[in-house]
Amino acid sequence: MASLRDIKTRINSTKKTSQITKAMEMVSASKLNRAEMNAKSFVPYMEKIQEVVANIALGSSNATHPMLIKRPVKKTGYLVITSDRGLAGAYNSNVLRAVYQTIQQRHQSPDEYAVIAIGRIGLSFFNKRNIPVVLNITGLPDQPSFADIKAIASQTVNMFADGTFDELYMYYNHFVSAIQQDVAEKKLLPLTDLATTKKSASYEFEPSQEEILEVLLPQYAESLIYGALLDAKASEHAARMTAMKNATDNAKELIRTLTLSYNRARQAAITQEITEIVAGANALQ
Amino acid sequence: MMKTIKVSVVTPDGPVYEADVEMVSTKAKSGELGILPGHIPLVAPLEIGALRLKKDGKTELIAVSGGFLEVRPDKVTVLAQAAEKAEDIDVVRARAAKERAEQRLQGKQDDIDFKRAELALKRAINRLNVAGTK
Repeated sequence: MASLRDIKTRINSTKKTSQITKAMEMVSASKLNRAEMNAKSFVPYMEKIQEVVANIALGSSNATHPMLIKRPVKKTGYLVITSDRGLAGAYNSNVLRAVYQTIQQRHQSPDEYAVIAIGRIGLSFFNKRNIPVVLNITGLPDQPSFADIKAIASQTVNMFADGTFDELYMYYNHFVSAIQQDVAEKKLLPLTDLATTKKSASYEFEPSQEEILEVLLPQYAESLIYGALLDAKASEHAARMTAMKNATDNAKELIRTLTLSYNRARQAAITQEITEIVAGANALQ
Repeated sequence: MMKTIKVSVVTPDGPVYEADVEMVSTKAKSGELGILPGHIPLVAPLEIGALRLKKDGKTELIAVSGGFLEVRPDKVTVLAQAAEKAEDIDVVRARAAKERAEQRLQGKQDDIDFKRAELALKRAINRLNVAGTK
């Protein structure tokens, strides 16, 4: 059995670890709250832009735009959203595994695809496996504003427009609830699934439908990317919160068993001392 | 009592402005545009510029960086990637952005960077204009 002092040290260090994980859990909980609020304030914008896009795209069949048209796929882009830091349970590995498997299944040579990495963990994952990363952004704040990703979003959309990619997928963790996040695969470009059931006013267009689509569709695609990022951030905080909660619970359990064996060892020591004293006294009689 | 129309300005970071006004005017890609209550449904892309909202005899300004305008008989919605009310504009930051863009324009670079710097300059000047007239 380990000595009393050894056990005491372990209890102390485990206690300190649990304090840290507890603090991280609470930090993530408050960040999750704010991330959910951010996602909520984005909803009206997204709904509105979706409505207008659908209205224009469905309203008349003669309005076309390169971003709406499917073309033969020579190269596929994957936009992958991960976190910058670990300690978030399976958050990153789930997404990365999904992307990696898809790439392995769909493509034979690295000329057929390229990755756009958001987040440091994803970037180093792809670099390590020699998967081409064309664009990356790291060090995004926990509550990203649209301006933070404007540059990479518009570059990504441009790469589709100029023919670098023929289709573009997004991979990220979709926030279901505080304890559940699912890997989501979304086809971002070309925009083929614009179908909505509600059809409202038909518009006048100033100057013309084509020119409006020219402005509207890139903006729409960029907002989809931003929406995915907000979703992913909420998932990240939720995943980290859960991971840290588990860590805290485990530490508590460990402290409990260690305290038990500490008390046992102490009792054994006392018993031994008494036995020795009694034996000594008996010997003197 | 004048007739009013509801205006909301929304950006990805949340709603910026919401009120009933008497008239909305702004610069669209195709030229100046004025909207009064009861306008027919319309969609128009916007220039980087100021959105002027007439309300109770006063004019409020909002700096808008592009995006577009959707008009319905009872409501005007502006969807922009960035928009700020005059009093919310960070003048120091806008001035710094303007200088940065000017420097970049002076250096000789390829077309894409040039275009981006030009847009950045436009946005910065627009912000300063809107903030300055307040």
